[in-house]
Amino acid sequence: MHILLRGRDIANIKAFDVYEAHDGFTGLKKALAMQPAEVIDIVKASGLRGRGGAGFPTGVKWSFIPQHEPVKFVTVNADESETGTFKDREIMEENPYQLIEGSLICAYAIQAKAVYIYLRGEFWDIGDQLDACIDALREKAYVGSNIMDSGYDCEVYTHLGAGAYICGEESALLNSLEGYLGQPRVRPPFPAQKGGGLYKEATVVNNVETLANVPFIMTEGADAFKAIGTAQSSGNKVYCVSGHVKRPGNYELPMGTSFRELLYEHAGGPLHEDRPFKAMLPSGGSGPIVPLTDEVLDTPMSYEDAESIGTIIGSASIIIMDETVDMTWVASKVTKFFKHESCGKCTPCREGTYWLDKVIDRILDGRGSPDDVKRIADVAENMAGTTLCALGDFAANPIIHTIRHFPEDFAQHVQA
Amino acid sequence: MAIIGNPKYEERVKEHLAKYETTRSAVMPLLYIAQEEYGWVNAEGISEVAQILNLDPTQVKSIAGFYTMYSEKPKGKYWLHVCTDLPCALNGADDFYAWLKEELGVADGETSADGMFTVEHVMCLAACDQAPMLQCNFRYIENLDQDKMRALLAKWRQEAAQSANGTG
Repeated sequence: MHILLRGRDIANIKAFDVYEAHDGFTGLKKALAMQPAEVIDIVKASGLRGRGGAGFPTGVKWSFIPQHEPVKFVTVNADESETGTFKDREIMEENPYQLIEGSLICAYAIQAKAVYIYLRGEFWDIGDQLDACIDALREKAYVGSNIMDSGYDCEVYTHLGAGAYICGEESALLNSLEGYLGQPRVRPPFPAQKGGGLYKEATVVNNVETLANVPFIMTEGADAFKAIGTAQSSGNKVYCVSGHVKRPGNYELPMGTSFRELLYEHAGGPLHEDRPFKAMLPSGGSGPIVPLTDEVLDTPMSYEDAESIGTIIGSASIIIMDETVDMTWVASKVTKFFKHESCGKCTPCREGTYWLDKVIDRILDGRGSPDDVKRIADVAENMAGTTLCALGDFAANPIIHTIRHFPEDFAQHVQA
Repeated sequence: MAIIGNPKYEERVKEHLAKYETTRSAVMPLLYIAQEEYGWVNAEGISEVAQILNLDPTQVKSIAGFYTMYSEKPKGKYWLHVCTDLPCALNGADDFYAWLKEELGVADGETSADGMFTVEHVMCLAACDQAPMLQCNFRYIENLDQDKMRALLAKWRQEAAQSANGTG
C-alpha cells in the first residue's frame, strides 16, 4: 500500500477534488480540533524519523520549538539534490496536496506564522504546480487567515533555489532563503532556537517525504503508522533505485524490507544477467559504500540495521554497481560532485575536495603511486569531522570506504 | 530593456517582495527575472535588482555568482545541461555527452558556432532512473539516445529558424 506515492494508486490525486475525496485534509481537520501539543505527541508516538537523511525523530524536533516565541516558521526542504535521489520529485509532482497538508499540520503543531517550501531551482515547474495548489487552498480557506474556521492563520509560499547542493543543508537553506550565500551557519543556535532559524526565529526544517507522512499519521493514528516497519524505523520509505538494475525507479516499501527484496523482486535484479552486483551506495554519494554480499543483501533496510553493516539508510538513494565498475572511477565521480558542491566556507572541505580530485585523476591516468592512494585516504580522514556541516564528512566517505572495501581497484592503477 | 518600470514584471516583483519578511530574501527570484529579461545576468540586471532591494550591486553579484543556474555570461538560445553524475554515468551518460559535444563541435561549457546551443555537464538532476537525460532551458528531457537527440536538435533548429522569420 502506498502512503506517499499515492499517485500510482489513485488517478489524478494531484487534483484538489480527488485528493479531498480520498481522505484529503482529514488529518489537518483532526489536528485543528486538538491542542498543538497533542499533535506533537501523536507524531512523537508514531516514531516518524526524518527522511532527508539524518533520521532524527520528527516529533522530537517539533517539540524543541519554544511555544512562547511569538513568531515561528516551518521550512520544507525540497532541495532534493543528493546524487541518486528522486523521491521528493515524484511526491511533489504526483501528490502535491499531501505535502502541503503535512506542512500545515506541522505549522499548526508549532503555531508557525508561515511555511516556506524551498525547492531546488530545477524544480521550477513543481513550484508552479505547488503555487497553483496553494492558491486553490487559499480560496477554500485551507491556507491564509482563519484556516477551516479554527482561528489559526498560516501562509504557505514556495521559494526557488538556483543550483546548489549545499542548500539542502538546513542552515545553508535558511541563509539562501534570507538572500545570503547558501553557506552553513555556526551552531548553536540551532534552527529550532530563537536566533538560529529563519529570520532568526525558531524554525522547523523538514524534508518533503517526512511531512508527506504526517497526514496519514493524523488520520489513521500513531499506532497504525508504528505498525509498519521495524521497532526503531516505523512507516514506509521511498527507496530510489538507480544504476545497474533492470527496473530503476522509486519503490515505496515498509522500512525493514531487505535489500534483496528491493533489488531482485522490485528492481528486477542485475541489468545484465551475466554481470553480478558488486557494490552499493545506499545513501547516494554521501553514505559509505558497501560490497553487495549475501550478508548485505539480507540486511533489513532500516536506520538501525544499516548501521550494523557499516553504512546508513540516509535518504535511501540506492545506487547499484555491477562487477564491471571500477571503484576508483566511482570515487572520482563522487569526489567531482562534492568538489563542485563544496560551498567554500570551510578550508578542509574546499581544499580537500580540490586535492582529492586532482590526485584521483592522477591515479586514474596511470600516473599515480601507491603513496597517492595512502595520501587520498589521509586527506579524507583529515576532512571528516572538521567542517561546519556534514558535506566535509560526505566527501570523505567515498574515498575512505572505497579504499577500505576495494583496495585492489586502486592498486591496479598504481602498480609499476 | 528593463525590469524597473516594465509592466511585464510589475506584479511578479510586488508578489515576491510581499512574501518574505525582508526585501533581501527576494534577491533570488528577482535574479531569475533579470535573467529572463536580459537572457543572462548582466550588469544592468544586477544594478536594477540592487536598486529594487536597496542592496549594493556587489552583494547581488555575489549571489548570482554562487548559484549555477544564473549565467553571468551570454549563452546560446538553448541551454543543454547534461547530467553526467554517477547514476546517469552508470547508464551511458558520459558516452552520450561526449557524442553530443562532438555532434555540436563544442567543448564543455561552450556555445555552438551558430549561437544555438550551449552545453554543460551538471550534477544530479533527480532523474537517475531516466538516464541519459538533460534539461533544455531547465525543462526535463529524459531517456535519451543519439537518435532522439538528433531529432530534438533538428526540431530546435527549426523552431529557432521559424521564430527568426517571424512565423513561429
